[in-house]
Amino acid sequence: MAKQVKQLDRVIIRFAGDSGDGMQLTGDRFTHETAAFGNDLSTLPNFPAEIRAPAGTLPGVSSFQLHFADHDILTPGDAPDVLVAMNPAALRANTKDLAAGATIIVDTHDFTARNLTRAGYAANPLEDGSLDKFSLHSVDLTALTVEAIKEFGLTRKDAGRTKNMFALGLLSWLYGRPVESTEAYLTKRFASKPDIRDANLAAFRAGWNFGETTEGFAVSYEVKPAPMRVGTYRNITGNLALSYGLVTASVRSRLPLFLGAYPITPASDILHELSKHKRFGVVTFQAEDEIAGIGAALGASFGGSLGVTTTSGPGIALKSETIGLAVSLELPLIVVDVQRGGPSTGLPTRTEQSDLLQAMFGRNGEAPVAIVAPQSPGDCFDAAVEAARIAVTYRTPVMLLSDGYLANGSEPWQLPDLDNLPTIDPAFATAANHETEVGDREFWPYKRDPETLARPWAIPGTPDLEHRVGGLEKADGHGSISYDPTNHDLMVRTRQAKIDRIADSIGPLEVDDPSGQARLLVLGWGSTYGPIGAACRRLRRHGLDVAQAHLRHLNPFPSNLGEVLRRYDRVVVPEMNLGQLGLLLRAKYLVDVIGYTQVRGLPFTATELEAVFTTTIEELHR
Amino acid sequence: MTTNLPTPGLRDVPTAETPMTRKDFASDQEVRWCPGCGDYIILAAVQGFLPTLGLRKENIVFVSGIGCSSRFPYYLETYGMHSIHGRAPAIATGLATARPDLSVWVVTGDGDALSIGGNHLIHALRRNVNLTILLFNNRIYGLTKGQYSPTSEPGKITKSTPMGSVDRPFNPVSLALGAEATFVARTLDSDRAHLTEVLQAAASHRGTSLVEIYQNCPIFNDGAFDVLKDKEQAEARLVRLEHGKPVRIGEREWIHDAHADDPSRAFEISRLDDGTMAHVPIGIFRQVERPTYDDQVRSQLTSAAATQGEGDLDALIAGSDTWTVSHAPS
Repeated sequence: MAKQVKQLDRVIIRFAGDSGDGMQLTGDRFTHETAAFGNDLSTLPNFPAEIRAPAGTLPGVSSFQLHFADHDILTPGDAPDVLVAMNPAALRANTKDLAAGATIIVDTHDFTARNLTRAGYAANPLEDGSLDKFSLHSVDLTALTVEAIKEFGLTRKDAGRTKNMFALGLLSWLYGRPVESTEAYLTKRFASKPDIRDANLAAFRAGWNFGETTEGFAVSYEVKPAPMRVGTYRNITGNLALSYGLVTASVRSRLPLFLGAYPITPASDILHELSKHKRFGVVTFQAEDEIAGIGAALGASFGGSLGVTTTSGPGIALKSETIGLAVSLELPLIVVDVQRGGPSTGLPTRTEQSDLLQAMFGRNGEAPVAIVAPQSPGDCFDAAVEAARIAVTYRTPVMLLSDGYLANGSEPWQLPDLDNLPTIDPAFATAANHETEVGDREFWPYKRDPETLARPWAIPGTPDLEHRVGGLEKADGHGSISYDPTNHDLMVRTRQAKIDRIADSIGPLEVDDPSGQARLLVLGWGSTYGPIGAACRRLRRHGLDVAQAHLRHLNPFPSNLGEVLRRYDRVVVPEMNLGQLGLLLRAKYLVDVIGYTQVRGLPFTATELEAVFTTTIEELHR
Repeated sequence: MTTNLPTPGLRDVPTAETPMTRKDFASDQEVRWCPGCGDYIILAAVQGFLPTLGLRKENIVFVSGIGCSSRFPYYLETYGMHSIHGRAPAIATGLATARPDLSVWVVTGDGDALSIGGNHLIHALRRNVNLTILLFNNRIYGLTKGQYSPTSEPGKITKSTPMGSVDRPFNPVSLALGAEATFVARTLDSDRAHLTEVLQAAASHRGTSLVEIYQNCPIFNDGAFDVLKDKEQAEARLVRLEHGKPVRIGEREWIHDAHADDPSRAFEISRLDDGTMAHVPIGIFRQVERPTYDDQVRSQLTSAAATQGEGDLDALIAGSDTWTVSHAPS
């Protein structure tokens, strides 16, 4: 008998299990199937800092949330519609996030007295009625999996490990996902281990068939493809998009890419990714520490490479002195900070935006740098290209502020038209640029371009332009050491003016205010774009007027920002910190912006922002 | 002694078309070390020696950290960077890896290289990046005005150790050999011929060369090496190392083998100085061939391009799982 198929416009699924259960892989595969099907989607991986916390415990729970829809969506969703829990701890850690009526699919295999106690349950929640408000499917997924693949002769342990593919197969059936990409993936992934490959494929198909045949699942669901702009798409995470942006900037500028980095969560994947692209001439240097990582990158920049260093907040602290040197040398350098919870080691695998002021001010002396932030996983590509454009054009370090949510989250991404990207011209100095009073031609390393205030970039190997640079103050123009008070004042102001001039090259801030009637402006930066945008859409659907603007450039700000802020009666600035952008806006524009902040290590939910914006608008109309 | 070009260390560095002189390597900057500083002698030796390498001067780069010695690059008419405290080996590693056509030099001191920058030094040595590191050892902090350094003798009375230092000093040569550096030598600021000879061998070496140069600070540690410069005592105290030549100390005699793969023997020789300077070996302790970090990195790039083809950006970005939307949303 054909089962009923029910239409849905969107679904939020969360896969949860032990960190050894393969939940990230399961989520990743479901994401690929969903992308191939043509839904819009957004993902939120969530995993512990420990590689393998003790099995069955709450700290060991790893999860992957996926939101997919038949329309354009901006966030991984607030409350899951479906929770897949592979053990008691995964159930306990995630039940609180579910709304009444949500579906829970539980692998009952590990619901033993011992495991229940370990997860903190006094009684078995599958039997005590505590989950009555949910639609509960209790299935021994592990036993079904082991039975389905017994012909392959795997050990019990190895057989049990394929239960994630059984779960994936079941969910794939439930939501009508195409299975080809997962089958191709498993075939390739385990090509060298045929029995493991066949067992995983069999578990996956058994999960699908189980859904189709069991009476426990009476309905399957269909979420139609989302209408998207014409083009070619792929699914991409922020760290991958950022890596591709750097390679693209290298190819476009014809500057060899040099990455100096020390492994750190959640930035290491950029190092891993770039290490694969040696045929693009990309050099990756895994340094002895954070300081050597940026030092080598700066040395490579001096030699005419596109120098990049990647890290997270604690690494930025260590790199600060070298960033200051790069400010003084006025050489291009891209400093990628994939922000995580702080202070100190903080929350390595959780997201936060609390390094803005560190990026802005975290150096000795007046040491301004440009700051750029991406707003979504795919946008990390454009932000990286923009960081390179600014670094090379203005001969300056640029901070690229991503965060853990963008780094690991994913979304469908329309492949860019590479020909439409901005040009990045190194314009190396090749000849003397100054004539002395007696008519001699000389090279002055600090004689500036009158428009950009950038200094010439003369790389070693260029005849007659031999010169010395360093961290000591330099005489304007000539560049020799100078302790002259007036010169220092001039040089400090000039370095600041150079950063300020970048604003001439970045268009005005655009405000999304469809009705033109909004009195409330919501201003954000970085990864809050998704939840802010989703909340604003909800308000508009309820007939409320709200304006949204999002900053790509945090230093310098777009030149019309002050005017935009003053145009609205109220400005709310949501941030995953204690109000760092708010502080900068108040200081620079004397506008009484209102901060809305949280530092829970997770992105904002659209629901909470919707409530905040609604209340603010109600206050305005009171 | 003449240089045979191209030497392995400088094999990829373009050579000058016309011979150069000492004057070509003097910058227009006024030299500002204290009168009598050993750095003057080293600078003169380097300026006199660089023309003999026959390289284009635009392909020579001096990178330094912080300290008196680190002002060195300003006085040479080459490319140069006066960087930050202790980090010169890291910066030079990036530069040398990115640019095989450069002769890259690091100038550092005992504080810069062995205190604040100790980590970068040992890692540069273990990687064997194609660099030449000149470590000026005056056994004192000069630029910060006279505190003890990581090579100061135990018990040293300084501004920060009024009752005497209780730190045990490093022996820089032992340290470098412990890191299995491929070229380790020691020389004296006062012996220009020996200094030049060691510099030449260091520049010719492919890999990281560490040259410790005993250098007198006339202001804060004057006479630290006088016993090695005094005509009457010097010959008894100095143990001159030359590969393949006999070395004799009292009754002991052996043939010096700088090319031994195992650094243990060289390390043992570095321990001849127990801190009293009764026996101070100078010359090249160790000079062995080992693949360099930067050559291997570049070789991987070449090999990747050869086996996989040059990078195709469109293909990279698209990856293997794409889908196409061909109808605009209604």
